[in-house]
Amino acid sequence: MADTSAPTRVPLVDYLVLDDGEPHLAANECTGCGARFFDRRNACAACFGTDFRRVKIATSGELRTFTIVAFAAPGVEVPFVSGVIDCDGTSVRANLRNVEPDADHVHTGMNVQLTTYSLGTDDHGTEAIGFAFEPI
Amino acid sequence: MDEIWILGINMTKFGKHTDRDVVDLASEAVMAALADGGVTMADMGVMAAGNLMGSGGIGQQIQKQVGQTGIAVYNVSNACATGATALRTAIMSIKAGESDMGLAVGVEKLAGVGLLGGGGRAKKDGNEWEPQGRFGAVTSTDGRIGTDTMPGVFAQVGMEYGHKYGGADFELFAKISEKNHAHSTLNPLAAYSKRFTLEEIMGDMMIAYPNTRPMCSANCDGAAAAVVVSGEKLKTLSLEQQRRAVKVSASVLTSDPWQEACQVLPDVNTLTRNAAKTAYEQAGIGPEDLDLVELHDCFATAELVHYDNLGLCEEGGAVDFFNSGAPWRDGSLPVNVSGGLQSKGHPISATGIANIWEVCHHLRGEAGDRQIEGAKVGLAHVIGLGSACGIHILERSAA
Repeated sequence: MADTSAPTRVPLVDYLVLDDGEPHLAANECTGCGARFFDRRNACAACFGTDFRRVKIATSGELRTFTIVAFAAPGVEVPFVSGVIDCDGTSVRANLRNVEPDADHVHTGMNVQLTTYSLGTDDHGTEAIGFAFEPI
Repeated sequence: MDEIWILGINMTKFGKHTDRDVVDLASEAVMAALADGGVTMADMGVMAAGNLMGSGGIGQQIQKQVGQTGIAVYNVSNACATGATALRTAIMSIKAGESDMGLAVGVEKLAGVGLLGGGGRAKKDGNEWEPQGRFGAVTSTDGRIGTDTMPGVFAQVGMEYGHKYGGADFELFAKISEKNHAHSTLNPLAAYSKRFTLEEIMGDMMIAYPNTRPMCSANCDGAAAAVVVSGEKLKTLSLEQQRRAVKVSASVLTSDPWQEACQVLPDVNTLTRNAAKTAYEQAGIGPEDLDLVELHDCFATAELVHYDNLGLCEEGGAVDFFNSGAPWRDGSLPVNVSGGLQSKGHPISATGIANIWEVCHHLRGEAGDRQIEGAKVGLAHVIGLGSACGIHILERSAA
């Protein structure tokens, strides 16, 4: 039976951390060479090391590239801005939110910060939380 | 090391072949490539075949149409580099001394398939956020954490180059597409051979900024096949076969070495640069020796970065290289005179052999209206996301 005592939150992906201070992203960092990965690891793709530690990713950064997707798979809301953000040396893939999705308002080099938003609540009262970046 | 030569090669008309299946198309290309080389299936010591979207075992299915001799078949799959991988597999067999002649074929039916990449699972019918997969995602991440679609991924590849070096805007990318569509008007085998004005390209339906529809590779049907032969074996064939044979001066396949960000946005640059470096070393030439290049312009935004990755310009100089007029067919280094993937079309597994057919066609002096006069050396490049990069350098026969 579902726990009905309190609404719970679940992150869209497991590398979005909601329960340790301010929301942030976390990566698995190779203790040997410092390479960072967002998924679980068998070994480091850069140096083959097998020892990792969990690290917090900077919550702001610079937009290094983007596209504005106008045509997508069924069920995907368009238009949306997809980009890669350089968060203090770690590249993060994310959407941009809270900005007009056009080339007059989005440009590479702009400074952005992490933001979270609700994806809705399921039948058990669990709310899913997504993340994106927004202009600072 | 013995030399490797292309003895026979063919591509089918690219486009919509509603009444023919992949086996029909591939068999047409194989029969024509064999005839082009003046040989039969009895001469083949090995066969490599690629068909990405099919059910598997395409090589054996083709054999049942063109000749079953019991030779080894390698069915290969390497994203958009599948055709080049098939060719390289046949070449490796010859280099290993296991055969002196081999067949490579790639075929795809993609007409009307639409957008490639993207989608993913939706939230379950039971309406429960349940973490699944490598990232513990509770629902599809496409469109929520960036884009999985090819036009969007490659748009970011081009925009990243623009951010790094400047000068690459929507209009610049559209001009690259304008060039390739203009080139296609001379190619009777292209899926589309319509010239577009810059205004038409920029005003067409936006797919993923800055790529509009005509700036995206055209999904279509098609096949291409090649017969490769060892230098020793070629010497035993007729003078006419020797005269038309095209030397494979370099055959290289690479994957993407780890780079920061490569698991966030595919890095199509490093593996192409590595492949180009090795290919030029193998061939003993440099980019300045090339007379034409067929490179993987799956999107207009991709063509720009590969000018740089293939060393056709100085590092960071791709925009200036394009603006100089160099890659137009009357420029100093024509790129994609076939019309490229944007107009010739991109039947995925056929592409990596069809681009070699294009280069061979010019080196043999058989390209008709679109002949690059006096072409002696050409380069063919493909890249498949994941990633795989194939580069072949081809040289005209001295015979």
